[in-house]
Amino acid sequence: MQHVSPVREPLVTGGKTYHDVTQDVSRQVEAAPNIRWMAALSVALVLLGVFFYSVYRTLWYGIGEWGLNKTVGWAWDITNFVWWVGIGHAGTLISAVLLLFRQKWRTSINRAAEAMTIFAVICAAMFPVLHMGRPWLAYWVFPLQNTFGSLWVNFNSPLLWDVFAISTYFSVSLVFWYTGLVPDFATIRDRAKGPIAKVAYSLLSFGWKGSAKHWSRYETVSLILAGVSTPLVLSVHTIVSMDFATSVVPGWHTTIFPPYFVAGAIFSGFAMVLTLMLITRVVFKLEDYITIEHIALMNKIMMVTGSIVGVAYITEFFIAWYSQVEFEQYAFINRATGPYWWAYWSMMTCNVITPQLVWIRRVRYSIPLTFVLSIIVNIGMWFERFVIIVTSLHRDYLPSSWVMFSPSIIDIGIYVGTIGLFFTLFLLFAKFFPVINMAEVKSVLKYTVDNGPTYTGHDPHHHTPQPATTHGVPASASVNYDKHD
Amino acid sequence: MQESPKYWKGIEELENSPEFVKNALTEFADFLPVKESNGSADATVAPRRDFLKLMGFGIAAATLASCEAPVRKAIPYLNKPEEVDPGIANFYASTFFNGQDYNSILVKTREGRPIKFEGNPESPITRGGLSARAQAVVLSLYDGGRLQHFAKKGAKIDKDQLDQEVRNALAGAGRIAIVSPTIISPSTKKVIADFATRFAGTEHIMYDVNSAAGLLRANGGVLPAYDFSKADVIVSFGADFLGTWISPVEYARQYITNRKVSKEKQTMSRHFQFESNMSLTGSNADVRVPLKPSEMGEAVLAVYNTVVGGGSASSYTDKRVQTAAAELKRAGARGLVVSGSNDPAVQALVAAINQNLGSAAVDVANPSMVRQGDDARMSRLLRDISAGQVGAVIFYHANPVFDHPMGADLAAALKAGKVRTTISLNDRLDETGELCTYAAPDHHFLESWNDYEPKRGFLSLAQPVITPLFATRQAQDSLLTWAGNPTTYYNYLRSQWRGVLGGDFNKAWDKAVHDGVATGSASPAPVAQVAAGLDVNGAISAIKSAPKASGIELAIYEKVGIGNGSNLFANNPWLQELPDPVTKATWGNYVTVPRAYAAAQGWEQGDVVKVSVNGKSVELPILIQPGQATGTVGIALGYGRVKAGKVGNELGQNVLPLVAMRNDAIVYSNVVQITPTGAKSPIAQTQTHHTIMDRKQVVQEATLKQYIDNPKEVTEYEKISTPEGLAKPNKVSLWQDYEYKNHHWGMAIDLNSCIGCGSCVIGCQAENNVAVVGKQEVINRREMHWLRIDRYYSSNHHKTEFETKGKLDTYAAMEDPSENPQVIFQPMLCQHCNHAPCETVCPVLATTHSSEGLNQMTYNRCVGTRYCANNCPYKVRRFNWFSYYSNEKFETVNGHMFTDLGRMVLNPDVTVRARGVMEKCSFCVQRIQLGKLEAKKQKRRPQDGEVVSACAQSCPTQAIVFGDMRDPNSRISQILRREDGERAFHVLDSINVQPNVTYLTKIRNTESSEFNA
Repeated sequence: MQHVSPVREPLVTGGKTYHDVTQDVSRQVEAAPNIRWMAALSVALVLLGVFFYSVYRTLWYGIGEWGLNKTVGWAWDITNFVWWVGIGHAGTLISAVLLLFRQKWRTSINRAAEAMTIFAVICAAMFPVLHMGRPWLAYWVFPLQNTFGSLWVNFNSPLLWDVFAISTYFSVSLVFWYTGLVPDFATIRDRAKGPIAKVAYSLLSFGWKGSAKHWSRYETVSLILAGVSTPLVLSVHTIVSMDFATSVVPGWHTTIFPPYFVAGAIFSGFAMVLTLMLITRVVFKLEDYITIEHIALMNKIMMVTGSIVGVAYITEFFIAWYSQVEFEQYAFINRATGPYWWAYWSMMTCNVITPQLVWIRRVRYSIPLTFVLSIIVNIGMWFERFVIIVTSLHRDYLPSSWVMFSPSIIDIGIYVGTIGLFFTLFLLFAKFFPVINMAEVKSVLKYTVDNGPTYTGHDPHHHTPQPATTHGVPASASVNYDKHD
Repeated sequence: MQESPKYWKGIEELENSPEFVKNALTEFADFLPVKESNGSADATVAPRRDFLKLMGFGIAAATLASCEAPVRKAIPYLNKPEEVDPGIANFYASTFFNGQDYNSILVKTREGRPIKFEGNPESPITRGGLSARAQAVVLSLYDGGRLQHFAKKGAKIDKDQLDQEVRNALAGAGRIAIVSPTIISPSTKKVIADFATRFAGTEHIMYDVNSAAGLLRANGGVLPAYDFSKADVIVSFGADFLGTWISPVEYARQYITNRKVSKEKQTMSRHFQFESNMSLTGSNADVRVPLKPSEMGEAVLAVYNTVVGGGSASSYTDKRVQTAAAELKRAGARGLVVSGSNDPAVQALVAAINQNLGSAAVDVANPSMVRQGDDARMSRLLRDISAGQVGAVIFYHANPVFDHPMGADLAAALKAGKVRTTISLNDRLDETGELCTYAAPDHHFLESWNDYEPKRGFLSLAQPVITPLFATRQAQDSLLTWAGNPTTYYNYLRSQWRGVLGGDFNKAWDKAVHDGVATGSASPAPVAQVAAGLDVNGAISAIKSAPKASGIELAIYEKVGIGNGSNLFANNPWLQELPDPVTKATWGNYVTVPRAYAAAQGWEQGDVVKVSVNGKSVELPILIQPGQATGTVGIALGYGRVKAGKVGNELGQNVLPLVAMRNDAIVYSNVVQITPTGAKSPIAQTQTHHTIMDRKQVVQEATLKQYIDNPKEVTEYEKISTPEGLAKPNKVSLWQDYEYKNHHWGMAIDLNSCIGCGSCVIGCQAENNVAVVGKQEVINRREMHWLRIDRYYSSNHHKTEFETKGKLDTYAAMEDPSENPQVIFQPMLCQHCNHAPCETVCPVLATTHSSEGLNQMTYNRCVGTRYCANNCPYKVRRFNWFSYYSNEKFETVNGHMFTDLGRMVLNPDVTVRARGVMEKCSFCVQRIQLGKLEAKKQKRRPQDGEVVSACAQSCPTQAIVFGDMRDPNSRISQILRREDGERAFHVLDSINVQPNVTYLTKIRNTESSEFNA
């Protein structure tokens, strides 16, 4: 039934109709949870338990439960924080920036990517709070009116900027994501049979009726939010990088950090999106919506950002040499050849060398290779933050204070635990929320079929439309230069 | 008039009975049932209203009961003691001596509780300095491990009953021995002498853990008093005179007097150190030569041959010994040789050299008294005890079961009941005390009167500063009581002093108590036997005939922190956690081995080895020690306590059984076998990277020659390019400078004067309630010291090799210290930067700048992000990883913050920090405030020297100067003016944080500085 365009690859394969889209996406929400989902959730819940135990130890006994010491005041905590925030970048980039650039292919992946963003930011936000010595006073970082006298927050502190950056990013992302969900919630509401589902999805869909006015407002809000979020993609990680860049620690005090961190964030974000998508499309049988073309495109973005990151790594070394500052030079020599050389070279291998494999077309279009690659990039980006934070701190100015850092079991527990938290949230999302934006996917269906989509579900096996000419293809349609021969 | 018809409500109204009439007047027909009308008149059913009433009462009562006002125990003085004002500290002069080193102290008391010691500037001996050990002893007053009552076989016994039993036992005891470490109290000695007259057959035997019996014997029974300030050339053979030998606080001050340099005084003494282990003294030496203990005699002989001549040829060939000898000879009377050896032959040669030189630094006419132990007598006594020939033994602050090499024999004899009556006057049931029948614990010295004569002609007093905490009795009173003398020791002491202090006794006495020190002597003038008594030829032949050692030699030494390991030191968490000045290790002892040896054996630091001699052995981890003489290993004594108390037990092992005894004299070395055990035991070091990595911005040093040539060139200043040419980094700044209108506090630390002794570390800890964290947390690198002393070894490799060897290899090579490195100490504390990196990054403004230049930490605002600590280039900020005062993990090591008894030592002016907050040096802001308030009360500005930080106060060498930099006449301003452009530098000047702490470049009296190659 699907018409294959001679000039570009279809964004959705398998000859889907509007009804098919609704069916395919809603099926996950409406059907009883399958065994694979249950198994995955069980694992995630076990990890979540690890998280709660580790947090309990941290809160009850103190930060001493971690492996930190007098010289290395941040290690896994902030590594994980930056890592999760970085991961949280892809969602907004996909939904906002690609929306503004009218990259229609984003429609099948933006929902999950945004959800990932939100969950990643939630995971990230755990660390700034948990790493505090007295987390019950965490609200003191907000510029709240208080009864303590003339106390105010320190607007010079990058940590305060972080508070604003992360909270803004989180709220905007959340609103953006939710706005996109409203029409789909309405679809599910309309199809819902159980009384609880009816009530729940009614509430969630905010009384969406699908009127022209609703759609018009929906489009407007999406565009505005996309406009608001786009600078956030840049600002959040810029500000996170300033936690380091504004300090005096050699290896942190680097002006290249903002662009380098943003590129790194997108890099790691796309890697995580790929990891999740590759699983989701199989588990929920969404191969027709998240196609090999999507994967190839995301691979390319990963390669580009990975290369930027690689250039940044090299630039840091160049500047260290060029500056002729003793401490700076030593910091970088120590990174590459000091006691944590293995972390540095893991980072270099994972982040600089691996993404270059994407130049090879076979790699780009290979699902197993892409999956492995995305995991490697995730690991590499974790090491990047570890390298920046720990290897800079552990040997800074005074050799008398040079130390080694090794994580405690609680450090590991909290990290693994946030992965559990993330997957618990993501699995719940995948089960109860439509993982693909039905409404927007439907809007790209017509680009790929001859006479526009049909409104009634009919048996695709009986009626297969023949390929037609290219008439009716809108000028704005994306052109895929990755076409098969 | 027609009568209206009348209707009755019922037959009752018609009848109009009286009962009806009565009811009709009431509003309701019947009484409301007060009781619950459930049909029965059961009295047991609670009526509703009563129930409500009772419930109301109950709730109110319960509420009131639970609102009971807290009982406040503060009881106002009925008659306020004169001079005691709540919130205001009083200082009392006193003295601390326990067989280690003598310290004249001022005891700071708050509301009657001693909380800190400061050096007594009136003392002509210690001159305001204090050792780290003495600083820490205030904590031992509140040590819960002290025996709190009299005891018989460990069980509590009534004082009178004990006295009765002891008197009876002593009466028929026959031979009685009083065993003690060196006692320098004339009155105590008199008490013992009185005791001996009462009980004939009493002998008083003194022995020292760190024996100087050889030195005493060589000098005819007197311990020469040394004055290092009078020596231009000092040659020390294994004498750690700055750390542990005889009177380190006194010597340190003298030594430094002749080491400080300035424009006016461009000379300094030259110091040669020949030793096996890297000691504190050796690390300060200009020339340090490692040698085996067995070579010591020959090395001294080599010096003797050059200086005096006439001895038989020495087999010691190191050329540096000739240099030392030649310089000594040239220095003449300004030369001094000292030796830490306990071999009378070596000491005789040393004395002969000094005599020949006519050394002005040696005084045998007014000798030192602080070592009087006689190894031979003690050994004899222990043999007699084992043979059952002693009827009674009184252990007076002596713990020979632990700290005598023959302790195991003594323990066996005591257990076997070879002595009928055994009495311990020790402050706790220690290793010896628990084997004694009777325990009559002595007061802590802060609860006692006593006198001291550390050096002939110099007297010193101790006065009680608190009522005895426990049911103890001063040992002298016990001895007086048992001897049947009814007088108190206080009166006894006063009557003794009557003979010493001339003139108006009461006035002189009051002054002596006030000052803590007095001149005059209670001892007879010593007979100068040195000239006559020196048997040089005998000594030379003794050295020549000494058994030649082959194999690995063990050199036993004392650690600066734990010293002789006696009760007051061993169970003291401050001292246990005081990093050793050289190894930077805490909590326990270890085997120091040369690196080449460890490498050859394939051992790593922390590998446990078994060190054995004649079937006796200890198993300890190794510590790779640069500067350790080839063929030797070192182990500190004073560890391996089992009955010291919660803190001190089971730390390290006791090495004393491994010593050699030669002619009944202890030789603190032996030939040992070392075998690996395969086990590992990490050593808790506070510093694990040992070289400076050629970072001249951190620490700077130069040679004396360079200094004399051009003082302007000894310090390398970091310059940056500006349009006006090269300038100091602080000339260019993005920041607005603070304006200091009133005070601007600053500190100058003279690296040339700092010997690294660690006294300031403990002074700071006591002043600022710094928590102790214990061994595991030190291993985790989380010690809390606000002030630390960084120790750097020099390396053979330098940046100059970048061109030839490449940066990577050079940097890697620079991490290794030289085989026998030069050492530099750098006290490191909060630099109170004017452009503090910590201040800008705190999100909640918990660390801010004061109008007087202090970087201040507001604990209760801190949320604990640790960003400030990360951003501190000096890494001086300390985080409260745990609740050190309530987490049970720290109850053993930080016990003084857990109990009411222990908490008495805390400084009430300083907050005990909560879990999760950052802390750091405050420049003793409480002391600054106090000084300002005192001045304000008198309507004047604080004078220079009135406001002194705890570290500056306790520094025996006055390396730390604290003061107001806005006062042009203050000492610090003068130093900064004088040294500007010469020796004054800021650590990490190039990052332009503009510290308020200035360091002065170290000057070495050597040909070259290995740090500046």
